[in-house]
Amino acid sequence: MRYFLRRTLHALFLLFGVSLLTFLFSALTPGSYFDEMRLNPQISRETVAALRAQFQLDRPLPIRYAHWLNAVAHGKLGFSFAYNSPVGPLLWVRARNTLLLTVTATLSAWLLALPLGVWSASRFGRAPDRILSWATATLLVVPDLVLALGLLILAVRTGWFPTGGLVSFGFETMSPLYKIRDLASHMALPVTALVLATLPMLVRHVRASVAEVLQAPFLRAAAGHGIPQGKLLYGYALRAAANPLISLFGFSVGTLLSGSLLVEVILSWPGLGPLLIEAILARDLYVVIGGVLLSMVFLVGGNLFADVLLYWADPRIRTAASAK
Amino acid sequence: MTRPRKLARWFVALVVLHCVVAGAGFFAPYDPDEQDRERPYLPPMRIHVMDAQHRLHLRPFFYPLRLREGSFDQYEQDTTSAVPLHFFIRGAAYRLLGFVPSRLHVFGASGARICLLGSDAYGRDQLSRILYGGQVSLLAGLLGAGITLFLGALIGMAAGYYGGWRDELLMRAAELFLALPWLYLLFALRAFLPLAVSPLEAFLLIVVVIGMVGWARPARLVRGVVLSVKERDFVRAARGFGASDLYLLRRHILPETASVLLTQAAILVPQFVLAEMTLSFLGLGVPEPMSSWGNLLASLQQYSVLVSYWWMYLPALAIVPFFLGYLGLASALQERTGAYKIDENSSWSPT
Repeated sequence: MRYFLRRTLHALFLLFGVSLLTFLFSALTPGSYFDEMRLNPQISRETVAALRAQFQLDRPLPIRYAHWLNAVAHGKLGFSFAYNSPVGPLLWVRARNTLLLTVTATLSAWLLALPLGVWSASRFGRAPDRILSWATATLLVVPDLVLALGLLILAVRTGWFPTGGLVSFGFETMSPLYKIRDLASHMALPVTALVLATLPMLVRHVRASVAEVLQAPFLRAAAGHGIPQGKLLYGYALRAAANPLISLFGFSVGTLLSGSLLVEVILSWPGLGPLLIEAILARDLYVVIGGVLLSMVFLVGGNLFADVLLYWADPRIRTAASAK
Repeated sequence: MTRPRKLARWFVALVVLHCVVAGAGFFAPYDPDEQDRERPYLPPMRIHVMDAQHRLHLRPFFYPLRLREGSFDQYEQDTTSAVPLHFFIRGAAYRLLGFVPSRLHVFGASGARICLLGSDAYGRDQLSRILYGGQVSLLAGLLGAGITLFLGALIGMAAGYYGGWRDELLMRAAELFLALPWLYLLFALRAFLPLAVSPLEAFLLIVVVIGMVGWARPARLVRGVVLSVKERDFVRAARGFGASDLYLLRRHILPETASVLLTQAAILVPQFVLAEMTLSFLGLGVPEPMSSWGNLLASLQQYSVLVSYWWMYLPALAIVPFFLGYLGLASALQERTGAYKIDENSSWSPT
């Protein structure tokens, strides 16, 4: 229990640090959302000043930070200038879509990477392994930007997949089965882009760690006892190789979030990515801070999940934690 | 293949690639800003050796494109006039590497424009724009990596050498920077800097932003090296002789971190080139009329371009050989210095 408490405290510390950091950076910002209003002769100086006061942009930084923390505690995350509404609800709708995308992509990537990596490791150095290594190396040198744009062009030219958006027009009137099909067809492209972007790294790590474990004496002994290949690989080797892979899982959440930001913008998926870009261009301060912080929450969540997995998978951590 | 040769092979390949981009003026047939508004969106042209009458030509040639009747963006080959391709031809003036004035181009044609990779909305030659754009993107990546490594080495050495609360503070900050998804961090930094700036300012801004994002990982690696080196006998001996901290750091400790820094450079440069591409693609980076690999792709955000002019995607592929080269170089360097475990990648390695 103390183990989780410590990890959670660590997570909270990270979140606090990031919020402070983004706030400090934001204080260095030249210009604000209201600068363009000031250029407009129809809007009086007093109005702009009143607006600035309303959003407390005229107050010193520590006070603004305290106010913002208060707003975070109430789930509002500050106020958006451009949308004229609290940032919280604005972000949550988008965050749900981002989560839908990233969770699906994470699951599919790992479900593909584990068997591929194990299979490759079990044929280490032989033809199938080398072909797979070449394939992952090829994918590795194609950056996600290039990949996503390529997929977009493919989809537009062939018309196999809908491009952009969450669902088709008239989604409300569809039957449940069609709703699922429609959503899936819209998700196909962004998920494919994300999976292809993360897959090579995952496969390589799975292959490397399983291949290392396969050299271990206990596995040779197990093979000598006549334990079938499938059980040997997935029941014994993968279990022993799990430790670094679970750490990698925590790390891959961050990569996936970055990747998803880009893929969302390119493939017009209504997630956090497009919102964040718009907010940057409009100087909508609190939306940017909120978006960055929310991505951090996801990341920390993914890492906590990885910690729980690690606790479950590695008896050494369990005993070390209970010994304290 | 032995390791030194593998390393040398990747290194030479990268040098050649960079030379092609650095000598863009020579390798590009036209000035990147030269417009041809009569003929926008020319598709990539084909080079022939066999003409429409099935006669073989010794000198390769191409058929200029003309607008199809009643269309504004559909072209057809004008097979009545074959324009021969000339090598080492005199064309638009440029300055090689920004200094040497020259008019020599590796290939070109007189009479009609040859656009091997097509042209854009203003009829500007894509091949020339890709080559010149590469200068901007690669320079941003190289300078960004330089800043990052400088910051990383400085912070890592300070943390590792002085230790104590300074170490604690710096490494906590590094953890913070490592934990943030890097694209979000990049955007956050960019968000808080001015938007409407001149191309040159924008370029410098990008370089600084990119350079400030990635210092954490090299700093941690350098710190690790410093921690082990500072207890070695030769360092202790030098200290015993009365060497100052600065002298020790510069003379004895910095050289030991060279292999780590080199490997990091090979990893960081392509990442940072991609970062520049991403920012410019989204309109947060280098603006027109300056070309960069990122803003060359920006037109793909229009649906009509996506549907009709597939060759606007070609600039995206320019980065792939560079990625391959740097990846090969990084893995060759890693093999040489002893591989790092993947734990170094995990931002949150459980302790």
